[in-house]
Amino acid sequence: MSQTVTLRIYRRDPELDSAAKYQNYQIELTPGLTVLMALYHVLENVDKSLAFRASCRSAVCGSCGMHINGKNMLACETQLATLGNEVLIEPLPHLPVLKDLVVDMTTFWDKYERVRPYLIALKEPPPSGKERIQNVEDRKRIDEFIDCILCACCHTSCSTAWWDKEYLGPAALAKMYRFVADSRDEGGAERLKIVASEEGVFRCHTIFNCTEECPKKIPITFGIQEMKKKVMWGKLTGKI
Amino acid sequence: MLKHQVIIVGGGLAGLRAAVECAMLGVDTAVLSLLYPVRSHSGAAQGGINAALANMPECKDDSPAKHAYDTVKGADFLADQDCSETMTTDAPTRIYELEHWGVPFSRTFDGKIAQRPFGGAGYPRTCYAADKTGLYILHTLNEQAVKQRVKVYNEWAALSLASDGAQNHGLVALNLQTGEIGAFAADAVIFATGGAGRIYKRTSNAMQSTGFCLAVAYRAGIPLKDMEFVQFHPTTIIGTNILMTEGARGEGGYIINKDGERFMQRYAAKAMELAPRDIVSRSIQTEINEGRGLPDGGGSVYLDLRHLGREKILERLPGIRDICISFLGLDPIEKPIPIQPGMHFIMGGIDTDKDGATILPGVFAAGECACVSVHGANRLGGNSLLECVVMGQRAGAAAGKFVKGKASALKEAVLNDALKKTSAEVDALLKSSGKERLVTLRDPMQDAMTDQIGIYRDEKPMTEAVALLRELRKRYRNIGVDAKNLKFNLDLLRTIELGGMLDVAEATATGALARKESRGGHSRLDFKTRDDANWMKHTLAYFTPDGARLDYKPVTITKWQPEERKY
Ligand SMILES: Cc1cc2nc3c(=O)[nH]c(=O)nc-3n(C[C@H](O)[C@H](O)[C@H](O)COP(=O)(O)OP(=O)(O)OC[C@H]3O[C@@H](n4cnc5c(N)ncnc54)[C@H](O)[C@@H]3O)c2cc1C
Ligand code: SF4
Ligand code: SF4
Ligand code: FES
Repeated sequence: MSQTVTLRIYRRDPELDSAAKYQNYQIELTPGLTVLMALYHVLENVDKSLAFRASCRSAVCGSCGMHINGKNMLACETQLATLGNEVLIEPLPHLPVLKDLVVDMTTFWDKYERVRPYLIALKEPPPSGKERIQNVEDRKRIDEFIDCILCACCHTSCSTAWWDKEYLGPAALAKMYRFVADSRDEGGAERLKIVASEEGVFRCHTIFNCTEECPKKIPITFGIQEMKKKVMWGKLTGKI
Repeated sequence: MLKHQVIIVGGGLAGLRAAVECAMLGVDTAVLSLLYPVRSHSGAAQGGINAALANMPECKDDSPAKHAYDTVKGADFLADQDCSETMTTDAPTRIYELEHWGVPFSRTFDGKIAQRPFGGAGYPRTCYAADKTGLYILHTLNEQAVKQRVKVYNEWAALSLASDGAQNHGLVALNLQTGEIGAFAADAVIFATGGAGRIYKRTSNAMQSTGFCLAVAYRAGIPLKDMEFVQFHPTTIIGTNILMTEGARGEGGYIINKDGERFMQRYAAKAMELAPRDIVSRSIQTEINEGRGLPDGGGSVYLDLRHLGREKILERLPGIRDICISFLGLDPIEKPIPIQPGMHFIMGGIDTDKDGATILPGVFAAGECACVSVHGANRLGGNSLLECVVMGQRAGAAAGKFVKGKASALKEAVLNDALKKTSAEVDALLKSSGKERLVTLRDPMQDAMTDQIGIYRDEKPMTEAVALLRELRKRYRNIGVDAKNLKFNLDLLRTIELGGMLDVAEATATGALARKESRGGHSRLDFKTRDDANWMKHTLAYFTPDGARLDYKPVTITKWQPEERKY
């Protein structure tokens, strides 16, 4: 007996539809079928107007973040079989919808750019022209934070970021922490000024949604707390 | 009309490296990319990137020359030796530069960039960052592009070039978000659009690795070179064909058949699992064909990591483990991984010289979509990311030089004609009452490529495949789309892409049928050995409406005379 699952998919073109419609599609559950492959099945065989983003199908490109049964996750690494008989698939919350499951990422990228997301190295590279030396322990400190794929699952789960449009949000702050914690980065005080600003870490209420919904299990809240500590210390010592 | 001095199509490693180079030269640069750059498939690269840094105790006497020799031998001597040597000579500079820009390479005990052994290499030469090297380099290059304020047109698909035959004047592209078709004037265009895995059914490549832009260049009169050389990676997981990096074997993983035998001892006794990919893939396929594959019938064997132990797997191969858990429901610490060979890489591509220039002035290419040729008939693991950064930099520098300090000779009329022509084609597709659809043509193409232009090749099945692909190209004239709304119309985009994929597939199959020898990734049952007397030459495929017209050109041999390839 083959089992079928109902996909209940959010459909909307904001230029044509004032409100979203939810459309049901029956899908036969085959072994190993992921949510993403089910969406491709719909696109190719049932409803060719469906819009969603995807590319790598292996949880590394960050395209396919979606709100599935009420939680943000990557469609490509989620097995359909684990989700029950009716699966609700919606776009990432609180970003403008372009069409169906495709959201407008503009503000997300803007915030990413605001944290100066690149290594700030004031000193010239080593005179040998070779690599900078970084010891294994120092390198370990950034282990988890470099894994970010910028999927926005965290950002769109943060209720502070929902209501407070200026808040940098967990993804940009996680990126910031990736540099703050990197022994090679010399952005020091300048970075702390950004995180200490109006839009920065002190807006975070430590709700942990972000950390829970990060598909790469990055301890985002921990990074934010570490930066709060550094800011406090910087203020006490008059560095910022 | 939008205008830039240099437009780079594609935002993967090659495209971003080219963009950063042009921006640093002070050239007005833009990237136009179907995916946000950080979504590019370079991010899926796991194992590492080669350079003779001699950082490990075992490789103190490694050198760029030795790296070049390994590359040329791995290439089954079809690489242009001057080009391979240029790549390996540039390699250390490019890697140190990546480190200076912030790539979080894994480190040796004394804090240098760590290196691991990879197939076909005489020394541990593959610089790595855990098993996510591509992801980290891609994000770092994106960060540098942000720092340089490179303009990016996100979610635009290049559709055609605007050439008057003597020079190129820009390109026409589709904005996926709005459905708008726009013309971009550019003194130089650099293609950096990656691989073509999706012309095959089983591939390690992303959904967006269509190879469409190879067809864009090809249709504009630029030849595709050595397309018959396709690399099959030995270890992709069953079902999704997601890659298990060669690094897994570099760290000591075994490949075993259903009897638990490490069968590589019968095929490459010395190198074992770390023989070059073409050899390992063929060995696995032979085991499967002779009934020693796993009993599930899907055509697979095991990659076994269990003896590496929990700690090593967690430290060196964490991404591999996550993939196994999410996509196979098994933990490689406890269980062996069912794998099979899958299409992985095209050695061929848009014909360029070692500065990325094509025969059409104003058009350059770099990365996997290009063929210099540094990889010849078979690429070594870790050499492709390297090609991307080396050739991205070189193509960026060459394009920068091409546009700098000379008056722009762009002809708007040529661009306008191209825009009109391409818009009319897309319009016709939207209005077409044709009965063919994406799946009715794509599926037979992918099946034919996998089954008939696959790991083992033979006259009869290849002849049939060529005939089928030509037939599919004809049927494509009768194709239509069902979704008509222009916004984010995936049906439209993918149907347009299919037209290009069919051209690329046909050129690949035609080149393969013509080449009557076995060399590197091209392995024929009816011509089992390499034939240097007749086939030491590059294939060039030129576009004609009826299919590829083949021509050939010599291989540059500088230091190393062809010898038998033994591992
Ligand atoms: C799973 C996997 C693992 C690998 N591991 C390694 C490894 O460890 N070491 C190694 O050396 N090599 C590895 N390779 C090979 C290597 O990763 C690729 O060859 C390389 O990353 C290709 O980079 P690229 O910049 O040429 O293209 P990509 O990174 O694929 O980028 C292509 C770009 O082109 C854009 N594009 C495509 N079509 C269009 C269009 N029509 N219009 C506009 N833009 C377009 C895309 O949006 C994308 O930005 C691996 C490959 C795979 C598939
Ligand atoms: S911990 Fe902070 S950043 Fe994360 S969801 Fe809560 S408020 Fe947002
Ligand atoms: S921190 Fe996690 S959830 Fe947030 S963007 Fe990065 S990978 Fe996605
Ligand atoms: S498709 Fe790339 S993360 Fe899901």
